[in-house]
Amino acid sequence: MNQERAIWVVGDYRNYFQNRVTLQLLAKAGELAAKMDGTVCAVVMGHGVEEWVGEYQAHGAQRIYVMDHPLLSEYLPGLFARALESLARQRRPEIILIGATSFGKELAARAASRLGTGLTADCVDLYLDQEGRFVQVAPAYGGNLLAEIVFPRHRPQMATVRPGAFAEMPHDASARAEIIRLDPPAGLSGDGVRLVSCRRLGYQGEDLENAKVVICGGRGLGSRKKFKNLHELARLLGGEVGATRPVVHADWAEEERLVGQAGKHIKPRLLFSLGVSGAIQHTAGIADPEFTIAVNKNPLAVMMQKADVAIKADAHQVALALIRELKARGSS
Amino acid sequence: MRIVVFVKQVPAVSELPWDAKTGQLRREAAEGMMDPAAKRALEAALRLKDAHGAQVIVISMGPPSAEETLREAVAMGADRGFLLCDPRLAGADTLATSYTLARAVGALSPDFDLILLGCHSADSETGQVGPHLAEELGLPAAAYVEKMALKGRKLTVERVSDGWLETLEMDLPALLTVTARAFRPRPVPMTGLEQAFGQGEVFILSAADLRADPEHVGWAGSAGRIIKIYAPAAQKKGELIQGTPKACVRELMARFGDRLGGLLAKDLSGEEQA
Ligand SMILES: Cc1cc2nc3c(=O)[nH]c(=O)nc-3n(C[C@H](O)[C@H](O)[C@H](O)COP(=O)(O)OP(=O)(O)OC[C@H]3O[C@@H](n4cnc5c(N)ncnc54)[C@H](O)[C@@H]3O)c2cc1C
Ligand SMILES: Nc1ncnc2c1ncn2[C@@H]1O[C@H](COP(=O)(O)O)[C@@H](O)[C@H]1O
Repeated sequence: MNQERAIWVVGDYRNYFQNRVTLQLLAKAGELAAKMDGTVCAVVMGHGVEEWVGEYQAHGAQRIYVMDHPLLSEYLPGLFARALESLARQRRPEIILIGATSFGKELAARAASRLGTGLTADCVDLYLDQEGRFVQVAPAYGGNLLAEIVFPRHRPQMATVRPGAFAEMPHDASARAEIIRLDPPAGLSGDGVRLVSCRRLGYQGEDLENAKVVICGGRGLGSRKKFKNLHELARLLGGEVGATRPVVHADWAEEERLVGQAGKHIKPRLLFSLGVSGAIQHTAGIADPEFTIAVNKNPLAVMMQKADVAIKADAHQVALALIRELKARGSS
Repeated sequence: MRIVVFVKQVPAVSELPWDAKTGQLRREAAEGMMDPAAKRALEAALRLKDAHGAQVIVISMGPPSAEETLREAVAMGADRGFLLCDPRLAGADTLATSYTLARAVGALSPDFDLILLGCHSADSETGQVGPHLAEELGLPAAAYVEKMALKGRKLTVERVSDGWLETLEMDLPALLTVTARAFRPRPVPMTGLEQAFGQGEVFILSAADLRADPEHVGWAGSAGRIIKIYAPAAQKKGELIQGTPKACVRELMARFGDRLGGLLAKDLSGEEQA
């Protein structure tokens, strides 16, 4: 008997609208499924989750497992991992994909342990190679490297995938998925962690994640004071300020402005990158801008190679000149 | 109270040299340091020790050089360090790592109350080892912790996850991972450092000492196989502008002003301005 080869995408809906990684994964899963004759399944766990069921159906899920129950009303990784484990043991998916949000990464690691399988973190690409192997592409070591990883033996093959790595499919209100409603496994409980309170924080960089224009500054700007000018530039251009890790560590900018693997994932149409070398951990957080302008003293910096316009000059001086020019042109 | 802290030694530079021919990382070219997030986990443990009294042991899996990191931890105030060092443990992914660390807990401190780790290591940054280990040991756990308070056996923690500030509660024994933002580490006292290198209690253990199943550790116990490793190529071929900053900006506007204006949905020509 031929077993169905299912690709599961675990719904992470807590920050829905800003966080669209689940939809992006459904689109990618669709591509993979077409090549391996598989089925795209979404898994929705929680309480009062009908809205997301509809959303995932409209974005490419062919089947949706829904576990909607008061026991699952708290968004706790230890709890969801147990529910996901029992479902995966029953239905045996080939692949499980989870967005690399904080929640998703914690949930994925716990579920992988429970299932005794491997997990690749922060994938930036996924594909099936000629031998039909599922290849996960992820940043490796601390350097500018990407590794391609396969799991020869362990099933399911699990990966967390960085938000923004793939494009979602357009909303199709007429799409119909097979919807399978399930009870939580008998005796489901969490790991003993009790949620006392939770609240949404204020500025968390959603503006940055959704900004059409981003001004990103790196160590090459030289100082905290010089970095501050980027806010003026961002105001003039109607954009948001992003930063690299050294900038955040030096406290020139808030942690919420960090762009990259460990920070925000941005998808601007226009990117200004000033004094940034372009390390993979940084660029991994930037989904193909239409137009990139880089300023760097070093014309060979990776960021300069990636740019549409590479300006070889002092980053701070160019920022000042640009501010003056924009003001002169009446963009106030 | 017994606290176990897991620390890792990581390269002190973020851009590691690697050999383009073999695809191998030249780890020997980089000096090691204590993983910053793990160092904060240690600081969190030491604060509990200061406040409530505790025995703090520090465990690391890594090459012989990681002994230095453990001595630094002892100098900061940990009671004892253990290095899991064995060629058989090398090449471990997070699955094999957490299995090995769990064995070490069983062998060295089975009656622990609290286990602390960094939330992400600076070199691999998977953030997986803590949550994996929580499952291996069957513990209540929370990642990304920034504050904690202990009352009797009840631990209350605060953490930020995806823009939500959560307060969580659990009973000991438990496992936490802490972020690199909280628990700023104390400086390492010089005298402590000399002592730790002279007589500090640091012990080296092999896979056999842990009675670890050789099938589950190191490369053999890892799920993933790297089939290719490379530096991603820069794709675009852009235009280079150089000169004085002012001239560069003028040229940018002259040649690409329309394009920019289109993307910004703004008229940048400056013409109809009074
Ligand atoms: C596991 C891991 C995760 C990471 N995650 C992230 C992440 O999420 N985000 C992130 O940003 N980084 C991350 N990093 C760090 C990353 O590897 C780089 O170290 C970092 O992005 C470099 O920042 P930078 O470009 O500002 O600094 P540098 O690499 O120091 O580059 C500065 C650039 O400025 C140029 N410059 C210097 N002076 C001037 C001047 N006067 N005018 C113009 N140009 C000048 C230099 O030529 C250079 O290209 C991570 C690292 C690791 C190991
Ligand atoms: N080899 C290791 N030895 C000891 N602790 C480790 C090791 N690898 C990871 N850790 C711990 O797990 C944390 C997170 O690592 P990672 O999951 O790789 O991002 C680190 O900050 C350490 O506290």
